[in-house]
Amino acid sequence: MNELANFLATTIRLATPTLLAGLGLVFSERAGIVNIGTEGLMLIGALAGVMGSLLTGSVWLGALIAIAVTVLFAALFAFFTVIVKADQTVIGTGLNLLASGLTITVNRAVFGANTSPPQIDRFDITPIPLLSKIPYIGEIFFRHQIPIYLAFLLVPVAQFMMFRSNTGLKVRSVGENPKACDTVGIRVAMTRFIAVLFSGVMAGFAGAFISMGQLSFFTEGMIAGGGFIALAAVVFGNYTPVGVMFASLVFGASNSLMYRLQALATGFPSQFPLMIPYVITIIALCVISRRSNKPAGSAIPYIKE
Amino acid sequence: MSTILEMKNITKRFGPVVANDDVSFSVEQGEVHALLGENGAGKSTLMNILFGLYEQTSGEIYYKGEMINIRTPRDAIDCGIGMVHQHFMLIPAHSAIENVVLGYADNKQVLDLKSAAKSFTEMAERYHMNIDPWEKVGRMSVGQQQRLEILKALYRDVDTLILDEPTAVLTPQEVEGLFDVIRQLVAEGKTVIFISHKLPEILAICDRCTILRQGKVTAAGLEVKSIKNLNELAHLMVGRDVELVTAKTVSDPGEVVLNVENLNYTNDKGIHILKDVTFDVRAGEIVGICGVDGNGQSELIKCITGLLPPTSGKIEILGKDMAGKTAKQIMQEGTGHIPEDRQKMGMVGKMNVRENIAMVDNYQEPYSTRGFLHWNWIDKHSRELVKKFSVKTPSVMEAAGNLSGGNQQKLVVGRELSREVNLLVAVHPSRGLDIGATKYIQTQIVDARDKGAAVLMVSTELDEILEIPDRVLVIYSGRILACLDQCDCSRNRLGLLMAGVEEESDQSA
Repeated sequence: MNELANFLATTIRLATPTLLAGLGLVFSERAGIVNIGTEGLMLIGALAGVMGSLLTGSVWLGALIAIAVTVLFAALFAFFTVIVKADQTVIGTGLNLLASGLTITVNRAVFGANTSPPQIDRFDITPIPLLSKIPYIGEIFFRHQIPIYLAFLLVPVAQFMMFRSNTGLKVRSVGENPKACDTVGIRVAMTRFIAVLFSGVMAGFAGAFISMGQLSFFTEGMIAGGGFIALAAVVFGNYTPVGVMFASLVFGASNSLMYRLQALATGFPSQFPLMIPYVITIIALCVISRRSNKPAGSAIPYIKE
Repeated sequence: MSTILEMKNITKRFGPVVANDDVSFSVEQGEVHALLGENGAGKSTLMNILFGLYEQTSGEIYYKGEMINIRTPRDAIDCGIGMVHQHFMLIPAHSAIENVVLGYADNKQVLDLKSAAKSFTEMAERYHMNIDPWEKVGRMSVGQQQRLEILKALYRDVDTLILDEPTAVLTPQEVEGLFDVIRQLVAEGKTVIFISHKLPEILAICDRCTILRQGKVTAAGLEVKSIKNLNELAHLMVGRDVELVTAKTVSDPGEVVLNVENLNYTNDKGIHILKDVTFDVRAGEIVGICGVDGNGQSELIKCITGLLPPTSGKIEILGKDMAGKTAKQIMQEGTGHIPEDRQKMGMVGKMNVRENIAMVDNYQEPYSTRGFLHWNWIDKHSRELVKKFSVKTPSVMEAAGNLSGGNQQKLVVGRELSREVNLLVAVHPSRGLDIGATKYIQTQIVDARDKGAAVLMVSTELDEILEIPDRVLVIYSGRILACLDQCDCSRNRLGLLMAGVEEESDQSA
């Protein structure tokens, strides 16, 4: 029972970066922009967070700096995909390559190539008074870092924004049929641009949480596919914030399982659980693709006549 | 009555092309004003300028006596101008009410769809339109979608409504319903601009009309009452006398060329699209399939031409089983296909005319030997074909995409008819073409019949269905509802069948 509680708490912890990035991505995806560059944005966020935290001595200020820097790069992506109307896959891949090289260069220039990375503070674990005392439940849900609470509290907010607010309706509409939006006076480019910036905010925060929440330092290439998993979580979650949350938890659980198997040293290859999210995603895509909420205008630039 | 809208000396250039050339257009308040012209005459361009989708190169717009500067659709809507586009501007994945409130200026950040739905339903009832605000648009019929588009504009309190070719997708009964709505709008003092190239409709609903030809006004504010006959209008529209009827003799059907029995098709979403379709087409006759778009015509043709595999049933061409065979195998049996979308399926726009001509039979003599193309022969053949089918093109080296719609279609028709065809499948052969090109294509199809080909023709245009085929099949929701001899067809009877109203007894009665 204790084992299980521990496993579930780890699941929630490991699901958080995917959830944070996914909640941003779900808006840009709905607006019709597939931000493949999320991986790179998270990497930039991870480094900027560590540097900001060292500079200011505060993890929270570090996270804010991470978000600010990441949004700049998201704006670059948005400029090329929304304004210049270049191919989103090409620009996204370019952004990932840029981020990979840039973070290595900056990291080595600032911290040196061969020294061990500087340790920084982490987001503190903040148990919720009273609730955290409940046996098992407390350990699973109420003894976490604040970004984890924030991520999960954001889910209903994002769901409401997406389906009940005027902004959400516009975002969903520009991804489906930008021309129709144009004829009712919606500024398509602006709506898409802002959706991409929001995905940048969330990717930056997610990256900062990896380097300052799960770990307490930056290493090169540390996102290791986390951005792509967030993209998969959006598809698996069928383009809704609540769906993204469940998808993130599934992915978190399989990661959690992998660590457990590694620790138990049963001889069972720990790589297998790592495959689970991908296998599930592929199966899910085959099953739900017929009723997918994927926007009709996904990844197609809108060019006014 | 007072003038509500005046567009003065509007000129619009797209690069070197002049779409509107010094067009002046004036509309009185409370009238139905037709904007008449052939495809490409500049009607839609003019209205897109008024609605803020294009910006005029020069010219001024006055609305209610004031000069207005319309840069975006939002400006037009704020002035009180609404537009129902030919291709609906709706989002199929969203509910009706979400489509209505989308972009509405008075929206609060938190949407109150319930109260919006209430006022929407009240408004819809006032116009005797019945639309469930919570229904997904993708599940609505085309007629319902159009009504929704009209209501979407009215919800924004417009006093001038532009309808761009509104009847193109409707059954005759739905057209009557639309006319009732237009009459009610006018009775309320609203103004309607009605874009069309269908002459009878102009006489039925419009007060005055303005005619455009090649971007210029050929008649402004003509009183419809004063128009004596349709030929007069046609002359103003086309610029020369046109024969409004295609000459045709009585058919003399021979052996069965195409035999379709109990054909079923279920698509990959599990929707049963074709249900036990059975019919035949004989040599020397034209069988027309009529129905509202989206009732399975497209899938039926794709099954016959090998572009989709039928789920079950028989398709025989000259006695050979062809169900599930590839498009190439079917073409080799002497099938010619004029596809529904010439730009996507009929040709490759970026390739030149002679390459497009060589595209079908390139693998065999005399086009090629062992994989090497005989360009000299293809060139010669292409010149002949272009001449024979009067395709207007600077040369056979011109990219096919640069030709006008009518000439693209002539190219496709010419290519298919210059092969030896036993079976000609023609889908919307005259869609989007002007009267002249339409008549030319129809004459070619009748000629092919007279030479002994079996012709299967799909059309949504009732005028064409009433004129060209020898027999007419009415398709509704994937089933053939009736098979009528041409002499038994009437606009009303076909219209009811197209709307799915079955008759008590079939043609044997």
